[in-house]
Amino acid sequence: MSEQHEQQHHIVSPATYAMVFFSLLVGTALTVLASYFDLGEWHIAPGLTLFWNPVVALAIATTKMMLVVLFFMHVKYSPKLTKLTVASGLFMFLVLVGMTLADYFTRAWGRW
Amino acid sequence: MSAATIVNLPDQSTARIPKMNFLTKENGLLSWLLTGDHKRIATLYLISITFFFFIGGALAGLIRLELLTPQTSLMAADTYNKVFTMHGVIMVFFFLVPSVPATLGNFLMPMMIGAKDLALPKVNLLSWYPYIIAGFMAIYTMAAGGVDTGWTFTTPLSTHYLNTHVISTGLAIFVAGFSSIFTGLNFIVTIHKMRCPGMTWFRLPLFVWSNYAASILMVLGTPVLAITLVLVVLERTMHIGVFDPAFGGDPILFQHLFWFYSHPAVYIMILPGMGVISEVVSTFSRKRVFGYTAVAFSSVAIAVFGFFVWAHHMFIMGISNYAALIFSLLTMLVAVPSAIKIFNWTFTLYKGSITFETPMLYAFGFMGLFTIGGLTGVFLGTTGTDIHLTETYFIVAHFHFVMVGGMLMAFLSGIHFWWPKWTGRMYPEKISQLAAVVTFIGFNFTFFPQFILGMLGMPRRYAAYPPEFQALNVFSTAGATILGIGYLLPIIYLTWSLKYGAVAGNNAWQATGLEWQTQSPPLTENFAEIPIMDHEAYDYEWLEKMQEKEVASVG
Amino acid sequence: MSDSTAIANGAPAEAQHEHPPYQRHHFASVEQQADTTNFAMWLFLLTEVMFFGGLFTAYLIMRNWYYQPFVDASHQLSIFWGTANTAVLIASSFTMAMAVWSAEVRRKGTLLLFLCLTLVFGFIFLGIKGIEWHEKWEKHHIPGEHYSVQSFVNPQSDPEVYKEYHDAPLPADAAQKTVEYFFLYFAMTGMHALHMVIGVGILIFMIFRARSGAYTTGHVTFVENFGLYWHFVDIIWIYLFALLYLISRH
Repeated sequence: MSEQHEQQHHIVSPATYAMVFFSLLVGTALTVLASYFDLGEWHIAPGLTLFWNPVVALAIATTKMMLVVLFFMHVKYSPKLTKLTVASGLFMFLVLVGMTLADYFTRAWGRW
Repeated sequence: MSAATIVNLPDQSTARIPKMNFLTKENGLLSWLLTGDHKRIATLYLISITFFFFIGGALAGLIRLELLTPQTSLMAADTYNKVFTMHGVIMVFFFLVPSVPATLGNFLMPMMIGAKDLALPKVNLLSWYPYIIAGFMAIYTMAAGGVDTGWTFTTPLSTHYLNTHVISTGLAIFVAGFSSIFTGLNFIVTIHKMRCPGMTWFRLPLFVWSNYAASILMVLGTPVLAITLVLVVLERTMHIGVFDPAFGGDPILFQHLFWFYSHPAVYIMILPGMGVISEVVSTFSRKRVFGYTAVAFSSVAIAVFGFFVWAHHMFIMGISNYAALIFSLLTMLVAVPSAIKIFNWTFTLYKGSITFETPMLYAFGFMGLFTIGGLTGVFLGTTGTDIHLTETYFIVAHFHFVMVGGMLMAFLSGIHFWWPKWTGRMYPEKISQLAAVVTFIGFNFTFFPQFILGMLGMPRRYAAYPPEFQALNVFSTAGATILGIGYLLPIIYLTWSLKYGAVAGNNAWQATGLEWQTQSPPLTENFAEIPIMDHEAYDYEWLEKMQEKEVASVG
Repeated sequence: MSDSTAIANGAPAEAQHEHPPYQRHHFASVEQQADTTNFAMWLFLLTEVMFFGGLFTAYLIMRNWYYQPFVDASHQLSIFWGTANTAVLIASSFTMAMAVWSAEVRRKGTLLLFLCLTLVFGFIFLGIKGIEWHEKWEKHHIPGEHYSVQSFVNPQSDPEVYKEYHDAPLPADAAQKTVEYFFLYFAMTGMHALHMVIGVGILIFMIFRARSGAYTTGHVTFVENFGLYWHFVDIIWIYLFALLYLISRH
């Protein structure tokens, strides 16, 4: 099968890597800082509350992950198949976590 | 049975097995143990899984013998627990999961796509060794006293209440998992990257599609089993508390993680078998598979949906009603693609020129028995009925119908179908047809009564049972004896055929598919030149044109 | 675990064909081989994602059930060492990416430099981990027979943590749940560290091969694919840091 040679031929520049590196460090500092503040909550419904601290922490972590995946791991310049593979991996991870938690969040017993 | 046959063997007085083939290329033990040739690795697997099948089968025989009487007459209840546990572990992990992919898949897939080998031959070899090591670990476990948790290792029984060899069995399965992962990974990479020129996705044989779908399941599901087993081992050795309520853990968490793999595992087991059936039904009806696209997509759909339904094994275990509702609904959805396949195979048969050679007999058996097994799965997917039927013999019958009546028959169908290609020799037709019929009869006698037993309330995994169930149990054991004969016969005549079977020639079945365009047994590199695929799959007109132009090979 | 990449690298010379010596016989071209092994490595990383997925699932459930014990237990981790380790690992990812770049532009000296830097950072990370774990051992926070809930039942008995966070004492049964946190901490960082150790081992192998010029002749797949593995290990840590160290420090 003829393949896109982007990955072979598109060489990501050190400048890009440096920028990503810097952004990752900034993200780290931000997320540490955010953990020192109580960012409040959102009362969606009685008994259903969303706390912002973990949301922010996971959002920053996910942004850092995307930077590493897209640039350090070259996925931005990779064939569609690679992008599809990454996406399907993330999807399966979310299915595992999400559907298992769906059971735990909808039952009250077990909080020993 | 009709006397018509599509078998097309060369003139036996002049035909010879080709001198240069993958079996004769190199000699010596190391040339086999260090081979990169996918066909040799497939042969290694075939011998290995047959060995484990007979161990598992012997254990099944012990189970049925014990269940002849309502009391625990033949062995203590603890021993019985060990017997059915090892039967399950060996049959699932050491026979069914690798059965078609590691043998027929490994052997055929590169040839079907026009490649010289799998993408990663060393990884292929590296998948066989964990299998063998794991097998030895399992045998060690049996010799050392066995494990009695059931193949499902449910916590907290397996982590807190038993003193048997849970850890070594868990580690054995962990190691065997790598075999599965490497095989699946290799298949996905090969199918994406190694197809010959002209071989588009929709010209692939459906066998390849099925193995592709099963490989996705292997790659994404097996690691979760791996971590689950690690957690069980840690719980047993270090008492970390993850499955222990006293420490705040949850035994149900084990089941979620275990079944997240083990449900897709059943699709890992059946999908390659379905691929075999597509090939066999097409060849023995002389017709292209009806609705190729639907069958191809349904394989992938089964793989995808198969990941969303695992908690239907846990309806009575304490999951929330909301979760039970969702998983039950999704379970109904996953039945649809399987049904699509059955419909499509049936429509393939319609107005086809059907002949009844052995692979086709097994395929017919598959279609009937898998359908029954699948339909009973719907009863089990319905929470209301599942509450009464789960953990009874109804479940046992259900999964034996799909796995033994389904998958094992598909495996035998495939072995017979590709035997001429693999060995260059034809198996003896009459005795093999007899074996197929004997297997079918024996199977029904063994497992159909178990549906009734389950409905009447006989629990599974019990060595002793109320006396009113004895008649059906005796019937089932009698069937098992017949079934055992049906499985012994192929070993005998297939081994016999290695020396005395008729020379098969390239294309004993006049089948389409690139593998039938090579010699039997194939060359190590499969093709002298990479073929160019210029026709659709199951193109019997193309085959006819080829045969007109063809000169009989000089052997 | 980069067996697939090992194959691509270890091919014998094929004298009679006009393809590079590192091209395996069943591939039609170097591009096909590189593409294939790259795809294979990504699939392997998918299996790793699912492998860690089980642990993340367990973590999310336990944290949701036992939030306060998890908060208190997370205060036992040093934010200083955790942040330092995160920075070190991110730096090692940067140097690894630079190493891949060096191989692509065929600069052997630079390649060696960056591989060695990555190795150094890897060792620093493992060293800091060792320091942290040792501290847990001393405070009896390793799940098992010697686990002690003293720091949680009576926070004032642990002055350095107490003066930062002023945690209220936990009741005995809640304090017992902190063992779940530490089990997850050790399981997840331990599994991560195991992957780092394997990575470090392969890095050492690669440094020797790089010295003899194996990766600067245009055949970069081994370095590239190992880079993918290393970045993946970094990503796992990014999430571990956020989930284990930063539950709540206010």
